[in-house]
Amino acid sequence: MAFANFTKTELKNLFKKPATEKYPEGPATFKDATRGHIANNMDTCVLCSVCQMRCPTGAITVDRKAQTWTIRPFSCIQCRRCVDNCPKKSLSMEIEYTKPDVEKSQMVFELSEKQKAMLAEQARQAAERVAAAMEERKKAASAKQAKEDPKK
Amino acid sequence: MAAKRSVIPFGPQHPVLPEPIHIDLVTEDEKVIEAIPSIGFVHRGLEHLVTKKDFGEMVYVAERICGICSFGHGYGYVDAIEHIMNIEPTNRAKYIRTLLFELSRMHSHILWLGLMADAFGFESLFMETWKYREKVLDMLEAATGGRVIFSIMRIGGLRKDVPDEVLQGFLPGLDEIEEGIKACEKAFLSDPAVLSRLKGVGYLSKEDAIDLGCEGPFLRASGVARDNRTSGYAAYGDMDFEVITSDDGDSYGRCYVRIQEIYQSAGIVRQCIEKMPKEGIYVPIKGFPNGEYMTIIEQPRGGACYYVHASGKKFIERMRVRTPTFANIPALAKTLQGCDVADVPILVVTIDPCISCTER
Repeated sequence: MAFANFTKTELKNLFKKPATEKYPEGPATFKDATRGHIANNMDTCVLCSVCQMRCPTGAITVDRKAQTWTIRPFSCIQCRRCVDNCPKKSLSMEIEYTKPDVEKSQMVFELSEKQKAMLAEQARQAAERVAAAMEERKKAASAKQAKEDPKK
Repeated sequence: MAAKRSVIPFGPQHPVLPEPIHIDLVTEDEKVIEAIPSIGFVHRGLEHLVTKKDFGEMVYVAERICGICSFGHGYGYVDAIEHIMNIEPTNRAKYIRTLLFELSRMHSHILWLGLMADAFGFESLFMETWKYREKVLDMLEAATGGRVIFSIMRIGGLRKDVPDEVLQGFLPGLDEIEEGIKACEKAFLSDPAVLSRLKGVGYLSKEDAIDLGCEGPFLRASGVARDNRTSGYAAYGDMDFEVITSDDGDSYGRCYVRIQEIYQSAGIVRQCIEKMPKEGIYVPIKGFPNGEYMTIIEQPRGGACYYVHASGKKFIERMRVRTPTFANIPALAKTLQGCDVADVPILVVTIDPCISCTER
């Protein structure tokens, strides 16, 4: 019967389990490839700011003074551009979506103690190199002056 | 004595459509005499952003022109830039693009079937069709990581490869979707209650369809076999598929064409998986685009044109998108003439309007 075309499907559906997931009562399922949210491993991050420059929506802020890495999940479009461009492979795309919120929150990541020490050491070495170079330059300048004006 | 004419506004907010289109319906009793459409409620100026974002970043903006045909918009923009820069993507990239394009088409058509069922008040049919749309979205998510916005397109190829195991995993899902849609097809095409809402409603003749410049399934339902995929862009040249047409020219014909196109798309996806070449997915690009190009591709709703004018700088000078809904609106006004007021929501849905695309 023509009018009963869909009745069969409807009856079948009555005895099947629901096609939908009972989220948030149960856990949501994600695929391996799902682009959920960005996470940063602060043990390897060097605050180089490449992610901040590459982000098409400007969702990432790198503060080198405060040694923090901040992302605004509500501005992030999950394009994976920062992950692809991270030179230290410190950024990763996690498969779960971030939790719903009532205001535009932001996630602040602070640099780990190990990285802070490493960056401080790097800064100290760089300062030493600069100081050594300046000393070298000063010496060279005085030597040059002495050569030009031997009477002095 | 002639009946008094009155004007009934339809939209911009209407329960049948989530998107804003406004139509002034000039009616006499219950008959529509004339329909005057107006758009322009969601203009976002996305085309202008091309002068503010660098040409690589613009792919993400192009994808966001529309949520349903997002892959097609990304493809159209990338295709135009690749032609300007004389880049030939690898075959694997072309095949994956074709596959994703067809999955998007399936998801769009199944979504449309659901909206149509909702428009004529068949709620369980609506839910049943969307159940299968969810399966297509799962496939897209497994392949790209996104459900509606994929962010996989890149000038020169793709940003991410889709492993062969993932592609093989689509095959049982495709069978299931086809089987499910076959069950729904019976309800759409042979249920007397549904037929009474579709048969003979909104007839558009072949001549009118051509004269008014229709596009896509709306045009093919009037018996014109025009499909831009036959031009062989991406990997369509290697695919075996039929251009579905119907001589009905009414809402029933449009339903028939879209249902059959779902099967054709599933066939193309299978062929892509079967013939998938093994090679790289990305060709490095050098320099900035310089020149102009216009490309036309077949979106789920019809032919969409992308014009890009670049002048050798990081930012592109001009981009223009002509979307199929824009081409179908004059024909919609024509089909609305002489219909009942109660049929207006169904007729508006039959062109598969995407107002966000149209206004960008």
